[in-house]
Order: sequence, then C-alpha cells, then structure tokens
Amino acid sequence: MDQVLFFLVAFLAISSAVYFVFARNPLYAILSLIVTMFSIAGMYILLNAQFLGIVQIIVYTGAIMVLFLYILMMLNLNKEDESKKANLPKFIGIISVCILFVGMLGAYRGLSGKTTVADNIDHSVGLTKNLGRLLFNEYVLPFELASILILAGIVGAVLIGKKDL
Amino acid sequence: MLFLSVKKIYKIMGGDVNTFIQQIPLEYFIILSTVLFCLGVLGVLIRKNAIVILGCVELMLNSVNLLLAAFSAYKGDGNGQLLVFFIMVVAAAEVAVGLAIIAMMYRNTRSVDVSIFNKLRG
Repeated sequence: MDQVLFFLVAFLAISSAVYFVFARNPLYAILSLIVTMFSIAGMYILLNAQFLGIVQIIVYTGAIMVLFLYILMMLNLNKEDESKKANLPKFIGIISVCILFVGMLGAYRGLSGKTTVADNIDHSVGLTKNLGRLLFNEYVLPFELASILILAGIVGAVLIGKKDL
Repeated sequence: MLFLSVKKIYKIMGGDVNTFIQQIPLEYFIILSTVLFCLGVLGVLIRKNAIVILGCVELMLNSVNLLLAAFSAYKGDGNGQLLVFFIMVVAAAEVAVGLAIIAMMYRNTRSVDVSIFNKLRG
C-alpha cells in the first residue's frame, strides 16, 4: 500500500518535471511545475511532516507559482519561443547531466537499499505542535531575522522593478 | 482538521501514516531527489527562457528540501524540517527579487531570452 502510494506520487512528480523542462510553451511549463510542487507536498505528508506539506502548498503553489504566472501574464510571453537554436548546446547539456546523474548514483553505491527507521524514534516530530515548540524556543532569533530578510526582499523587488528611481 | 482527515483516509485505505517510513527505504527518496535535481540542472543548461530557468532553480531547491525532510523524518529529529522551513522563506524572497530582475530585463530589451544577454562576455 505504502509502496504503491509512493510510486504513484513519485511518478507524478517526475513526469510533470520532465514536461516542465521540455515543454515549448512557458505557460504550460509553469503549470506543470505546479503539479510537481503539489506532489512534493504529498511526499511531505506521506513522510508525516504535515506542517511542511501545508507550508509547501501555501508558499510554493500558492505564492511563488502564482507570482511566476503573474509575470508571464504581465510580460505577455505566452507564445512558442526558442524554436531556432543550435542543437549542439542542447546535446552537450544532456550529456553532462547524464554524467552528473551517473556520478551521483555511483556515490550511493555503498548504501544497502533497505535503510528504514528504528522502531523507537519519535514519529510525531513533523507535526505543527512539535515544530512550533522547537521554532519558538531554539530558533526565535533566526525566525525574527527571516522577517528582516523578507522586508529586504520586498524593498529590493520594488527598487529593481520601479521604472525611474 | 485536514491532518485528521488525511489520517482517516489513510486508515480507510488500509494503512497508518506512521508505517509509511517503515515500509519505504530511505534510498527511494535519495533516488527521487537525484532525478528531480538532475532535471533541474538539465533545464538550466538547455533552456533559454529566463523565467523557465528560474523555475528550474526552484525545482532543484525543492528536490534538496525533500531530501532534507526525508532524512529528518527518518532520524526523528525536527531540526532538519525547520531548516527546510527557513529555506522556503529564503526561496520566497529570492523569487520575488529574481522575477523583478526578469521584468526589468524585459523592459530594457523586450525579450527574456538569456542568449542575448552576453554583454558581460570578455
């Protein structure tokens, strides 16, 4: 049961990511990236990290991907592009990514392939209650600094995006 | 409420949420993250549209986040999941600034094709 669910969600994630990379139309590419983000949120929920799953849906598919679609709509880029280009850079890119993939797989050679959890670990570590307790006890300072980072991001985006400043 | 219903659906389907990470080896997550990361690298290398390239960077970031959360869940340690949370915060700021840069690029050149931005080449 668990294996079937895992392979279903993994297949959804990988196939929509493949479509995202190879789709000609940028609009369809971004829409299929949304499907990938949803399946990664499903993976988080399967891992019993429900807080991360919900945050993934809210932040990635709710905010970031909508921002992408908004920019795409505003710049009116919804047309087939990059049809005329040399095949050599594409070919070199595919070859080098294959080398990267095989190299990474080679790095995993020492793993047994059957690593699972011990019975005595805490399964409820990813619940919102436990993560919130950790966040507001040990990680208060980084949490506040993150708000300053977001503020700097807003100011930077406005500064760059404004026409004459 | 949503978490409760997810758990209930899972129970009806004959499983328990907590059994998942005992049935799936950690290596499956490593392979899945590797595939997603390599697809992101491939997209950065072969695409020319700047918006799609930014999306590919997001895809790489997400694959690494997934791996970090998987290790955290298998170790039973919440610190990794909080790190993922902070990475998401940084990614949100990064995308806002990156898309502003792309909008500025488009305003100056009427295109988001990165192959025409080769003025910095020596």
